[in-house]
Amino acid sequence: MPRVLLMDLAHARSGDKGDTVNIGLFPYRDEDYRLLKDQVTAERVKEHFRGLVEGEVIRYEVPNIRAFNFVLKGALNGGASRSLRSDNLGKCFGANLLRMYVETGEKQKV
Amino acid sequence: MKSVRIGAGQGFWGDSPFPALDVVQSGNVGYIACDALAELTLAILQKARQKDPAKGYVEDMFFSLLLGPCRAKGIKILTNAGGINPPGAGRMVCDLARRMGLKGLKIAVITGDDILPRIGDLRSAGVDLSDMEKGGDISSIEDRILFANAYLGAKPMVDALEMGADVVIAGRTSDPAQFLAPMVYELGWRWDDWDRLAAGILLGHLMECSAQSTGGNFGGEWWNIPGMERIGYPVAEVYENGEAVISKPEGTGGRVDLRTVKEQMLYEVHDPAAYVTPDVVADFTSARLEEDGPDRVRITGMKGRPRPETLKVSIGYSDGWLGEAVVRYSWPHAMQKARKADEILRRQFAALGLQFEEILTEYIGFNSLSGPLAWGDGGDLNEVGLRIAVRTRNKLDAARMPRLLPPLALNGPPTAGAGGGGGMPRPRELIGLWSALVPRGEVEKQVKIDILEVD
Repeated sequence: MPRVLLMDLAHARSGDKGDTVNIGLFPYRDEDYRLLKDQVTAERVKEHFRGLVEGEVIRYEVPNIRAFNFVLKGALNGGASRSLRSDNLGKCFGANLLRMYVETGEKQKV
Repeated sequence: MKSVRIGAGQGFWGDSPFPALDVVQSGNVGYIACDALAELTLAILQKARQKDPAKGYVEDMFFSLLLGPCRAKGIKILTNAGGINPPGAGRMVCDLARRMGLKGLKIAVITGDDILPRIGDLRSAGVDLSDMEKGGDISSIEDRILFANAYLGAKPMVDALEMGADVVIAGRTSDPAQFLAPMVYELGWRWDDWDRLAAGILLGHLMECSAQSTGGNFGGEWWNIPGMERIGYPVAEVYENGEAVISKPEGTGGRVDLRTVKEQMLYEVHDPAAYVTPDVVADFTSARLEEDGPDRVRITGMKGRPRPETLKVSIGYSDGWLGEAVVRYSWPHAMQKARKADEILRRQFAALGLQFEEILTEYIGFNSLSGPLAWGDGGDLNEVGLRIAVRTRNKLDAARMPRLLPPLALNGPPTAGAGGGGGMPRPRELIGLWSALVPRGEVEKQVKIDILEVD
């Protein structure tokens, strides 16, 4: 199976609330929604962020805007104002999610 | 159909006020609304008030730049810049307006969100103040609390507009509330018209982070966003039936399209079907978004459910100290040098008996923004910065740690770059956040609106 970086199929933005980070994930093409739904599961995202995220990961589907919202708990070293990290606000989690590989049935291009 | 145009003026304390001026001058708006308070802003303001009881509100250029032009055009301003001291902010704006000769300007000051003096009362009344994220009894932090504020909704701000206010200053509010208030006031929405209130909340949410819905911080093909040097803040045209169009002022940079708007729609949202605010539980999965010409996105179909019987309270408490420092190394072997420096420092901490609850090592240029997700081993980097950060209960230890780095230039691996780092970083107090729910009546009964009139 050919595989591509999620970065080539989707864009993302992340933000913080307390010790929780959320990531909105948006396929560039509507037809890739299904592919992301099958492959970018909560379990896989939890595994992807091992070492950064301590708590559970929940995925919400937002089909009206062809998007997914991932909620990552225990993700910020205690929360923005008590974190030791450079990315204390979790702004880079979205970009880091796009490092994931997904399998495609065809050669993909944005 | 009746409509109202509302513009965004600020997304956080420190945001640029110049795009707000564009909103005032060419956004054709009746209202400009600002969200000045991030979660931890109140902690900073609390410290300012401890030093000077007259302070504790957001002090920036916003009012000196915007008050005159807004008055000239009859644009009303709503903001939560009152922070921990809305009356202080009200006096500051009143003095400024007097100096500018804005006679007759009415400034409303909303108080009642501050529940710090009432925590004991609430506990004895049996209110459970356990943390929503982690649980636990509030007594574990009670002696370290810096601030405790409830999130107020739009109602007091609508009341203030009905009292004739030109400027409405609040403290902690739900971020979209400043935007919802003028919609309710102008369009006559009822407080149980959940679908329209939910539409207003979504629009407020799309505007509360300034340019984040107009191409700022855009995670897609950001290189295609035009004119970021003069990016436009969002403007919403909202109709009586709850439908709306998001756009930006003519002649400004940035981009409003499905991609930029969708990214902001989910920003800092948990369950998109239940975005809980003091005024309504909004269902973002019901909205229909469509492009309606260049830089215009139309939003329809929003649904909402009844508001919660509780209000969220955000409590900040002192939670130790952060000490941090950076030393940078050049090629060759930049990464190896930085790793060696980290090893030396950790041995020195132990030898000096410096006790830290946590030590974090990051390599700037390799993994400081990606941690364990970084690719490769950094073997051929041109330069690497070692950033070491420690958590301690002891401020003195947080201050001592960075002093161990400069000697590395002579005593450690070669090519340490010491310039341009901004000197020795000072220890920073860490603030823990504790969120709880309180019955809304407990908060609402103490909400007050005072009107100041400029003479």
